[in-house]
Formats: sequence, C-alpha cells, structure tokens
Amino acid sequence: MIKNLEQLEQYSKKCTDCLEAKLKGADGKRHVVVCGDTGCLASHSGEIIEKFEKMIEEKKLGDKVTVNRVACFGYCSQGPFVKIYPEETTYRAVRVEDVEEIVESDLIGGKIVDRLLYVDEKTGKKVVKQDDIPYYEKQVHIALHGCGSLNPEKIEEAFGEGAFKGLARALSMDRQAVIDEILKSGLRGRGGGGFPTGRKWQFAYSQPDGAKYVVCNGDEGDPGAFMDRAILEANALTVIEGMMIAGYAIGAQNGYFYIRAEYPIAVARLKLAIKQAEELGLIGDNILGTGFSFRVHIRLGAGAFVCGEETALLNSIQGQRGMPRPRPPFPAVKGLWDSPTIVNNVETLACVPYILREGADKFAENGTERSKGTKVFALGGKVNNVGLVEIPMGTTLRELIFDIGGGVPNGKKFKAIQTGGPSGGCLTENDLDAEIDFDNLVARGSMMGSGGAIVMDEDNCMVDVAKFYMEFICDESCGKCSPCRIGTKRMLETLTKITEGKATMEDLDKLEELAAHIKANSLCALGQTAPNPILSTLKAFKNEYIAHIVDKKCPAHVCKALMHYEIDKETCVGCGLCERQCPVSAISKTDYTAPGHKLPSRVIDSDKCVKCGLCMASCKFKAISKK
Amino acid sequence: MARLSEAAVKQIKEICDRYKDENTPLMMILSDVQNEYGYIPLEVQEIVSEKTGIPVAEIYGVVTFYAFFSLKPKGKYVIGCCLGTACYVKGAQLIIDKFSDILGIKPGETTEDGMFTLDALRCIGACSLAPAVSINGRVFPKMTPDSVEKIVKDYRAGVYA
Repeated sequence: MIKNLEQLEQYSKKCTDCLEAKLKGADGKRHVVVCGDTGCLASHSGEIIEKFEKMIEEKKLGDKVTVNRVACFGYCSQGPFVKIYPEETTYRAVRVEDVEEIVESDLIGGKIVDRLLYVDEKTGKKVVKQDDIPYYEKQVHIALHGCGSLNPEKIEEAFGEGAFKGLARALSMDRQAVIDEILKSGLRGRGGGGFPTGRKWQFAYSQPDGAKYVVCNGDEGDPGAFMDRAILEANALTVIEGMMIAGYAIGAQNGYFYIRAEYPIAVARLKLAIKQAEELGLIGDNILGTGFSFRVHIRLGAGAFVCGEETALLNSIQGQRGMPRPRPPFPAVKGLWDSPTIVNNVETLACVPYILREGADKFAENGTERSKGTKVFALGGKVNNVGLVEIPMGTTLRELIFDIGGGVPNGKKFKAIQTGGPSGGCLTENDLDAEIDFDNLVARGSMMGSGGAIVMDEDNCMVDVAKFYMEFICDESCGKCSPCRIGTKRMLETLTKITEGKATMEDLDKLEELAAHIKANSLCALGQTAPNPILSTLKAFKNEYIAHIVDKKCPAHVCKALMHYEIDKETCVGCGLCERQCPVSAISKTDYTAPGHKLPSRVIDSDKCVKCGLCMASCKFKAISKK
Repeated sequence: MARLSEAAVKQIKEICDRYKDENTPLMMILSDVQNEYGYIPLEVQEIVSEKTGIPVAEIYGVVTFYAFFSLKPKGKYVIGCCLGTACYVKGAQLIIDKFSDILGIKPGETTEDGMFTLDALRCIGACSLAPAVSINGRVFPKMTPDSVEKIVKDYRAGVYA
C-alpha cells in the first residue's frame, strides 16, 4: 500500500530502476517484446509469442530471456514486430517460421538476423533500431507513450516511466491552479470538436459542490480510427491518472470509462490497471494521504456510433437509448444523473498526466499557435505505411502522407485524404501543404475529428465515398430529430440515384439545399456534420458528380451501373481462362483472331455480365479493363 | 413463444443480481445476457424487468437501439465483414457481397441451418490488413472474393471447429 507521497517516490524509484535494468540490460537478461495488437495478432503474433516461449523453455534460456506481449508498435503494415532489449534490435514482418532463427542466431549466437531488419527504401540500408526507421523520425510519442515497449500487464513498468507523478503534483496544487495549468498548456479535446479542455473543467469546477463526475469517452466509432484502443491497450494507467487529475480539479469523486464493446483487450487491460492501482491504494479513499478520494468504474457501449456524442453517451450510461439531449444545459452543468460532468476523450486524458508532470510549457513546445501538442492519426487506405502516427500539430498533410506514409502504392496518383471520419471531409492536392491543426482543417472544409486519415487514389470514386459515409450516418442516426433522421435518408437516396446514373442536375441543387438545412437544424453534432462528406467532395470534385449525372460515367469506374468490362481484342490471346471463370457465362468466342495469336479473341456480353470482375482478375495478359 | 428453461431463468436472475448495487445498470445487464445467453428475446426482457423494476417497453427500446443486442439467436459462426473506411476503399463491399451471394443471406441474417450469421462491422482496427473479416474473433486479412469461397468451404468442413 502506498499511503503518502514519500512512499510513492520510493515505489517509483524502485520501478524505474527495475525498468531501466530491463531496457538497458543491467539485469543481465534479454527481453523479447512482441506486438500483440489486433493487426499483428491476425498475422499470427500470438503464435509467434507461443513459439518463443516454447523454444526458450526447450533451450533452457528461461533465466536469461523474457517474452512480453506489448501494445501496437504503430507501423501496422510492417507487422508483426519483434524487438529485443537491451540492443533494441527490431525485426519486422516476422513469421512463426522465423522464430527459430531469431532464437538460434540472435538470442543464443548474438548475431542479428539481417534479413528480418527494416530496409530504408531511400538509402537501401538496413535499420537495426526502431527509432531509426524513417516512419518514426517525425513522430513525437506523448499519448502513444509505451506503445511497443512497456508490458501493459505489468503496472510496475508504467510506474517506472513516471505514472502518478502528474497526479502527485496536481494533489500538491490548488484545484484552480491545476485547471490553470491545463488552460496554459492549450490542450484541446482530441475526440472531435477541439474544445479547450481547461475551459470545460472550469465550467464544472465553478458548479456548486456535490456529486460530480468525470467520464472518459472511449466510444471510438469513427470507422478507420483506433488510437484510443491502442492507448488503452498500451498504457491504461495514464488514462486513469488523467481522469483522476480531472476529478481532483473539478471536485469529482467518481469516474466512468465508457468503452466500445468491440474492444475486449482494452477493457481487460483497463480492469487490470484499476485493480492493481486499487491494491496499491492509489484508487480509493484518501489517496496519498491528501484527503482526495476517487473511484473508477467501467461501462461498455453496445454498438451505437451516436454514443460518441457526449450527451448520448451519458444517456447510455444511464441505461437508456443513446439519444442526444438538447444543449444547453451542457454536461458540465447538468450531466450524468443530472450532476455536473465533464466528458473527455481517451487521447485527451492521456495527455493530462504529461502536462502535470512535465509542465504546460513543455507540452506547448509542440504545435501551432492555437493547437498545442501532438495528435495521433490512424493512417490508412491507399498509402504504403499503414498504422498509428503521433505527430506534432503543424505537421503538413504532405509530410503525413508522403514522408511518414510513404506515398500512394502501385504508382497510383494521390486523389484525396479523408479526415475526421463521417463528420469530416476530403482534402485534396491543393491542401497538401496545409499545417494540420484544429482550425486549419475546419477552414478547409474538413475537421480533425478523432484522427482517422484515409488516403484515396485515382481508383476511388468520390461520389461513392460520399455515399459510403451517408450510408453509415443514415444507419447510425438515432432517429430523435427529423432533420437528421429523414434528411440523411433523402441525401442517401439522391446519392444512390447519382451513382446509378438516374439523377438530374436539379437533384444536385436539391442535395446542396438539403445539406444546408440538415447542418443548420439537427439536434447534435452527428446530424450537424452529416452533410460534410457530401459538401467537401462537392467542393473539390463537382466534376465527378457532373460526370455521373450528365455523361452517365463514373470516371474511376467504381459505380457498377455506370461501368462495364471490355476485352481488348488485339491483346486477347484467346486462352479462354476468363470464359471458364465467368459465373454467368457472359463471355464467348469471337470470329476474330488478333495478328500473332493463334486463338480467337473473347468478348463480354454486357447484358449478361454481373460485373463481378473475376475475368479481369484472372486475365494474365491484361487484356480486360474497366470502361 | 418458447418457454425458458429453469436454468436459463436462474442464469438471467443471477446476471441481474451482479449489478444490484450499481446506479442504472441496464446496459451492463443486457451486455452480459447477450454475451452469456446469446440473444435477448422478450421472455428474457420480462425477467430483467421483474428483477429491476424497469418497464419491459423501456428495456425493449434499449435492446432494439443498440446493434450489439439481438432479439434472435445468432449463427454458430458470426462472419463480421469490416466495412470501415480503410477496408471500404480497398474493396470490402465486394467481400460482403460475395459472402451474401454464397450463403444466400443478407447482412444481419442467419442461414437456415444456423451455421452462419453475416454482419457488417465498423472498423475493427485491422486497417493494415484491409479488407479484413472477423469470424468469431479470428481475423482473416487481405480478403479477396476467392478467399471468401475458401473460408466458407473450410468452415463447413470443420477446419476451424
């Protein structure tokens, strides 16, 4: 039990020594860490860990080597990662078959397995340490701290890195001074809106004393974003600490985590961290002998995107349908069970201990004038390096996509980057040199959102993308207010008409008008931002909409009603593979044989064709294309 | 309407008791019922109502609001096709269409033999493996229409049983 500040310091010191010994090799052991995140698990990292454990037992290395399952390394497209301390040798794209060689060559023989190292594409050189891989060079890990290094199931490692020092400092300060520190840091909400965190706290602080609550919004619903999950899986204790600092500042005694049910590992780690902190006496009554008491609870979501909206989330905790409440009153005045409540996102709370521990000025060293610190993005889609990226605010989109992301694969042309999820918008070539911050992205017609960043290339149809998001919103609209419930449905119908080539230019005007109404009149942010995917694609890609409507063509050949497959009769060698593959017998022989070929070319009957694309995928001579 | 077995009634009452000290525990109770019993039919809602004093109408409203809760039992294997943005831009629609085609069911439905349920999922965070499919928690990476056929065949043959 840790009963006071002095004991915490002693405990932290012990943990730090222990962790340093582990990472620097002073304990005389070597430590294998393996990524155990969803992406890597699907690439068999679980079996890799088992194989390591088995081999270490067989070779009797048990007293010299440990195996640790850690959270996301962030560079998912190169996973699974295996890192060996103290040398920090980092192997990427490891397969179960490679484990034996790593054990024999590296762990026993002390020789690095060259072929599993990352190769720098520009220089052609092999990179040994994770930090030297170009993907990580421009990154600054504050929220993602601990990803790919700390063992998330050993709370001592988090203490070794300074856990609860932020809370200890906060508890030695006046409550207002804690809020001032957060205000000074310039921290803004990482969940979407970018509201200044300190101001939110100030509102709740100024409410009369009584029951107050801190709620951590871990209902990460933005399709394509998974940073909150990674943070909770890597270092749940930091988020708990952030929540407790917030609790102290506003005068709350209870905190609630609201986590997506789809994140079982995050929930398990969170439960474990809470239990361990309780056992240490750091959650409960009279924490560190300061008189501050705080309890942490977990509630699970049940698959409703709208619960990411703070008032809907509160209703869900209260056992109701997750429908938003009209604001005002804001949750800071009347929130959970009608008491003053602040709702902060996971990433926001993960930044709080850092600010208290290192100081507001240190946090504000990174960033732009009005957006301080760093932001985690989940970079995905048509980009070479897929994964989680934490970059200082003010980094340009070009740096994000091309320097860190490694550009668009297969020599295709960059078309757009979608940020902010279903509430955000698409940014284009013209925006590439824009510095990423809350206000800049909004000014350009998108938003930060929770940090999804999906790259699209020339093969993506922007009308189809808008339709995809509208299907999502339409599905997830809670149905409480009619602009959102009916409006999104009508927008989806119009978009479907456009993608089927049945729309007129008048429909496009109506779509724009409807979008403006929905934006102005919806109850919550879900509805107010619902038209954004349409408005932002209309702004940058109106010509694509017009091509669908007037020319009845989908320029990217995505919309099925507006495209067809064609066999080039000169290239076709007449092998007949496509004919055999076709599930609906739409392909037949012609009576033409191209010069130089022996067999007659094939042709597709577009009346029979169901546009499954099997023929194009099977053709070895690239004779079939989309038109 | 099928009657619940005594064991089931006991199990559901036990779940309700787990949270008797919690403020507004309905979501927690329903999550556990869904996880342990597999679905939340009306008879089960009635028991929850009796135990908690919450009207059945309100419970029904909550059950039908959230995608995670189901009024009908799901198949032995729940095929979740990720339709998150990263998967979508890499052709996830073709994958779910193919499952739909082979199994003869629409997303949200279960095959008559009770073997498969097809679901559209929002991001499962396996964006580097897009398009991804998750079947009872096992993630299948970089799917193609061809691999869909193989997976269904393998599951039918008991490869993953």
